[in-house]
Amino acid sequence: MRFMHYLRALRGVMTRELFRFVHQRERFISALVRPLMWLFIFAAGFRSTLGVAIIPPYETYILYEVYITPGLLGMVQLFNGMQSSLSMVYDREMGSMKILLVSPLPRGYLLTSKLLAGVLVSVLQAYVFLGIAYAYGIEAPPMGYLDVLPALVLSGLMLGALGLLLSSFIKQLENFAGVMNFVIFPMFFLSTALYPLWKIQESSELLYTLAQYNPFTHAVELIRFALYGQFNRDACIATATALLVFLILAIIGYNPSRGMMQRKGGPSQ
Amino acid sequence: MKKLFARALILALLASPPLSAETLFVTLEKDNALAVVAAPEGKLVKTVKIGKRPRGIVLSKDQKQLYVAASDDNTIQLIDTASLKVVGTLPSGEDPETFAMDPEGKFLYVSNEDDNQVTVIDIAAKRAVKAIPVGVEPEGIAVSPDGNWVVSTSETTNMAHWIDRKSLQIVDNTLVDPRPRAARFTDDGMQLWVSSEIAGTLTVIDVAAKQPVKKLAFKIPGVTQEKIQPVGIRIDPDRRYAYVALGPSNRVAVIDAQKLEVVTYLLVGQRVWNLEFSPDRKRLYTTNGVSNDISIIDLDQHKVLKSVAVGQYPWGVAVKP
Repeated sequence: MRFMHYLRALRGVMTRELFRFVHQRERFISALVRPLMWLFIFAAGFRSTLGVAIIPPYETYILYEVYITPGLLGMVQLFNGMQSSLSMVYDREMGSMKILLVSPLPRGYLLTSKLLAGVLVSVLQAYVFLGIAYAYGIEAPPMGYLDVLPALVLSGLMLGALGLLLSSFIKQLENFAGVMNFVIFPMFFLSTALYPLWKIQESSELLYTLAQYNPFTHAVELIRFALYGQFNRDACIATATALLVFLILAIIGYNPSRGMMQRKGGPSQ
Repeated sequence: MKKLFARALILALLASPPLSAETLFVTLEKDNALAVVAAPEGKLVKTVKIGKRPRGIVLSKDQKQLYVAASDDNTIQLIDTASLKVVGTLPSGEDPETFAMDPEGKFLYVSNEDDNQVTVIDIAAKRAVKAIPVGVEPEGIAVSPDGNWVVSTSETTNMAHWIDRKSLQIVDNTLVDPRPRAARFTDDGMQLWVSSEIAGTLTVIDVAAKQPVKKLAFKIPGVTQEKIQPVGIRIDPDRRYAYVALGPSNRVAVIDAQKLEVVTYLLVGQRVWNLEFSPDRKRLYTTNGVSNDISIIDLDQHKVLKSVAVGQYPWGVAVKP
């Protein structure tokens, strides 16, 4: 019976997240519009600037828009992870978080369920984006669309866990702008999403080193290689490690006796 | 893990490693060498030193020899395709770059850019039999499939000169756009295609009337117009598609050869110069002079499969089945 209980909780959390997603059509559209703007407008201006070197997993010259597609998939997931964190803070402010946390199930399990629900949404968004990109002429090998699924799940989990961790720090919704400034932007710009590592190295060794240790870089490279049917082991290990670290910290952070909520005296208290 | 394994198994079954269907010979203008590449996999097999500044390359009719214009040695070298050794030379006149072979494989027609002439070489006799005066800076050259015409395009006169193969005299001229580079007949011999490097256009000429029937311009989004410099041309035997190398725009234009309209542009290496079909016409090989590689294009999907480094300044390519 206990196992059923776990399943029911997971289904409950997932259904709630999916409902939220389906009902907030604006959120879905805005999640898509953001990467599409980058693809259609930003990348268009840089179309011919990148075709100067061949880097794995590519075997020939590519247009800039082909290069940034995996980075934009990462962006979809990064924003989705932050959105989940935002909704956690909201839930906490509104009190619905309490309902979840009073459940007799372990806190870690509940948080992981919440995380999985977020990943489900982000993978859906990523595939819709890939579909639009395909129609725009950015085609990956057919098998790549299947191979990219485990990569998207892993990177989605990692970025979702980061969102959870952040939400345990943020006291109020208003502080979310800080997350934009200090987490999303640096993570996105200091990664291989927009430029390959060698290009960053050309301009600055410091930025190169930072980008190398940015977990988002590894998530993007994992997605990039998977989309072309290749497995990037280093990126996979780095992403999985980051996921574990973020998740453990988040679970600690949500522990009322030890966590940040206690220390900062969050509004739910 | 299980999934990965299953995937690997499927891949191994489906895509058993492609056997080399053909051998590519690529002249390396700066390395003074010839690169031998196994295709379609694109594996550089070896590089051999040959004459100075090798450019134009043509496979002999019996496929046993390559004719290579060693521009700075002022000669055309004969290279054995098996041993890759230089086995002889042909008197090409000064600074040979491009040349064409007649359908019987007996004569070569060489553009001598500095001397404003076309040298006719009897291959068997290894002798220059005639020098035909043409326009200023002759560059492109082609022999019609029926063997009736030799066409030489001169870069400064901006003309295609029609040389009668029997009399070896110019009998007609067609005005084309500035700096005509390459000339190519359709396999049915009905049309002559001429690419103009400076104008950035392609002129399709009706052979019977010797008049242009269509002028094609190229426009690539995000690429400035002066970078579009059409050079090498290849046309399907059934005249369904044609392909034009567009130089520093790093693109190959795919042209609907019936409607004479551009279908799409394919991104390849830098300064794409010359093109050649695989014997089964399923692939197209391009030489990319500045990025020092060749690109392999799948013609069923019109997709660039890969680009492979071959050496410095790849210029021309010949394909041996």
